[in-house]
Amino acid sequence: MSTAKQLPRWADLILLPLVGLAAALLLSAGIIALLGESPTQAMKLMVDGAFGSQDSIGYSLFYATNFIFTGLAVAVAFHAGLFNIGGEGQAYIGGLGSGLVCLWLGNWPFWAVLPIAIAGGAGFGAAWAFLPGWLQAKRGSHIVITTIMFNFIASALMTYLLVNVLIKPGQQSPETREFASGTWMPFAHEMLARVGLNFTSTPLNFAFVLAVLASIFVWLFIWRTRWGYALRVVGQSHDAAVYAGISPARITIMAMSLSGALAGCLGLNELMGSQHRVLIDFPGGAGFVGIAVALMGRNHPLGIFLAAVLFGALYQGGSQLTFDMPRINRDMVVVIQGLVILSCGALENMFRQPLTVLIGRRSVSPARKS
Amino acid sequence: MAVEPRQSSTKAAALELRGIDKRFGPVHANRSISFSVAAGSIHGLIGENGAGKSTVMNIVYGFHRADSGQIFVNGQAVEIHSPQQAIAAGIGMVHQHFMLVENFTVLENVVLGVEGGALLAGGLAKARADLTQLGSDYGLDVPLDAVVGDLPVGLQQRVEILKALYRGAAILILDEPTAVLTPQEADQFFRMLARLREQGKTVLLVTHKLREIMAITDRVTVMRQGAVVAEVETKSTSPRELAEKMVGRAVLLNVEKGPAKPGVALLSVNGLEVRDDRGVARVKHADFEIRSGEIVGIAGVAGNGQSELLEALSGMRTPSRGGIMFSGYDLVAEKFDPRARRALGLAHVPEDRLRVGVVTGFAARANLILGYQDRPAFNRGWFFNDQAITADCAQKMSTYDVRPPIPDLRISAFSGGNQQKLVIAREVDCDPKVLLVGQPTRGVDIGAIEFIHRRLVALRDAGKGVLLVSVELDEILGLADRILVMAGGEIVGELTRAEATEEKIGLLMAGVKGGTHE
Repeated sequence: MSTAKQLPRWADLILLPLVGLAAALLLSAGIIALLGESPTQAMKLMVDGAFGSQDSIGYSLFYATNFIFTGLAVAVAFHAGLFNIGGEGQAYIGGLGSGLVCLWLGNWPFWAVLPIAIAGGAGFGAAWAFLPGWLQAKRGSHIVITTIMFNFIASALMTYLLVNVLIKPGQQSPETREFASGTWMPFAHEMLARVGLNFTSTPLNFAFVLAVLASIFVWLFIWRTRWGYALRVVGQSHDAAVYAGISPARITIMAMSLSGALAGCLGLNELMGSQHRVLIDFPGGAGFVGIAVALMGRNHPLGIFLAAVLFGALYQGGSQLTFDMPRINRDMVVVIQGLVILSCGALENMFRQPLTVLIGRRSVSPARKS
Repeated sequence: MAVEPRQSSTKAAALELRGIDKRFGPVHANRSISFSVAAGSIHGLIGENGAGKSTVMNIVYGFHRADSGQIFVNGQAVEIHSPQQAIAAGIGMVHQHFMLVENFTVLENVVLGVEGGALLAGGLAKARADLTQLGSDYGLDVPLDAVVGDLPVGLQQRVEILKALYRGAAILILDEPTAVLTPQEADQFFRMLARLREQGKTVLLVTHKLREIMAITDRVTVMRQGAVVAEVETKSTSPRELAEKMVGRAVLLNVEKGPAKPGVALLSVNGLEVRDDRGVARVKHADFEIRSGEIVGIAGVAGNGQSELLEALSGMRTPSRGGIMFSGYDLVAEKFDPRARRALGLAHVPEDRLRVGVVTGFAARANLILGYQDRPAFNRGWFFNDQAITADCAQKMSTYDVRPPIPDLRISAFSGGNQQKLVIAREVDCDPKVLLVGQPTRGVDIGAIEFIHRRLVALRDAGKGVLLVSVELDEILGLADRILVMAGGEIVGELTRAEATEEKIGLLMAGVKGGTHE
């Protein structure tokens, strides 16, 4: 009976996240003021640092690329009713897959290596997510617990491999040799130069295009295919799925594998696009940021794209901030990110209520007529 | 708040509502509800699902707060903002779904929340004495030390009533109390209500069953679309008149149908045993068949294995023993899942519409392909054929008179009756050979019931087989050509429509004839 009034779709998808973001920035401004710096100056520096120049835009979008992949990974699992917290580990292992392909096929032409590297990254990531998926489907081990555990296992495994097996002989730091330059992702500035456009040299690379393609793929898959439909049915109602002849166990495994495959693509950007080697802890928390990105982007590819760009900008603008304001250090950026997550996720319902009332009041009379 | 002692000339009203108004967003659930319940009477509150009965009760019991209006108890204006305040005002409520702790004893359940001290022993001893007294006063004998989970539903209901009386309730609100009872248990229950009335208690009986209103109440208030549309002496009204007031137009209480022409057996069940998730055999042994051109009804008190039988037939649950022959296949041996069974022509309208039959978060059109999402008609290569899906939905909405006919509207925004029409449309429109139907009219308004019943009869007349599982005996008697009665997981009797009476079925339901009633 208690049909609570709902927000219009546009407000739910766009306005609410923006209000959350504004609240988070306001809080951050307060903290910056407490630290004795000017909040307006800080915000200006951040925005400038994120979008002020070609250089900063390139970096912002480079970081955003990582977050798009991990955000999509969280969203796909979420639509199947699964909370995949293992994006970090899946990205880590997926990167190993792409890295191995690049190390082995170094003398192949790039466009021949690319599909295999994608398959390697997606395949390794999928395999790493398949196991928790299988354990959930067949053994009932909760996915949240197992994926967290698998993050640690991935980390330990990669440390072992990089220290003992894949390390470039004769060096101290645990990383592989550099990939042959033929396997590097084309940089954005290189590609733009080819069509006569000038762009500063940044790590932004072709993987950004792949991330956009992945977003489109996820959108098509989730909402336009019968497999995505089955996945959403399982996510919404286990019983309705059984009734419809959809096996929740099979869908759980499929969704987790797809989720892991998307997370596993992070290496395409971070390794093939920028680092050009496999090194310790290269995902750098992007797997976890992906959770925030998916949350803020409402698990919709377009929202995820926008949220990823926002987080990329925060990341890049934040680093800029720490350069220029000595009293603000790297952790402040993490605090701001945390506040965004807090206000867009946890505090969402706090804003939802007043917004609903506000919008409802304004649009009640025309809506009544229909 | 001005206290206004308003004594009516004849008998003081135990409970009086004046101008109770309540909105949930755009839904005007209660429009200025006013009625009074005379002390020491049994008052019926009747209306279709969604008429606002539950909202009124929840306001009286303090779950919701009215936007405006007043509640008077024994002529005194009272403010009720929580169940605690309702109890303090002498109002007790027995919910449709019992609020009992199954692994506590009766005594423990009754004192729960009113233990009267940090140590249990004293409170329990006092409660035991009080309850024995209450039990003998009202003829409510319940074994105080039995574990509630072991008691039959009828007794559990008594525990609920005792609980309310123990808390000092002078006014009892009963919400659909007979939903879980056999007809005989219901009769017993009514005798108990009469006894309560003799002892001066006031009863407000909320139900959608006309029969009960006629059988037991003194006065009846009829609600429709959030408003009180009539208040009459029960003696001076008839079921037909009440039904018309509930719906707002003349209704057919029983669908007209010709004699059945049963043909060949379409589906046969042999020695079926079905266990639930905990491994308990819920269907112990079932043998029957469904022929073309007949409606087979399965009667029984809820929870006697009908649900599990339906799940096993539809493929949602794997039977532990036995076979189901359909279209030349043994569905059990071949391990056909629900999708494969649909493809063979075995459609299923599930008992629990909202949990199983639809995905509440999806639009109507997305729900109309549930289970049929792989059909070529709905797909174009790898992708959905959106136009075809929407067109199909729009066509079914018009054929089945679904309102509003908006394919993109969320299924949860439709009324229960329209949701059920959509489910029936989905399952019937694919031309099944046999249709399994569970509780087709649960939570469905009278107007839609009529429509749904006609559809089922039309399906039968088209030479299909229909298996109808319903706990509404009226529905079974109105539709079925052959009636199987289930009790304790077994089919304890089979009756043709001609020989079936409510009495006979009731006795079988209670497991009197060879049944093992738990």
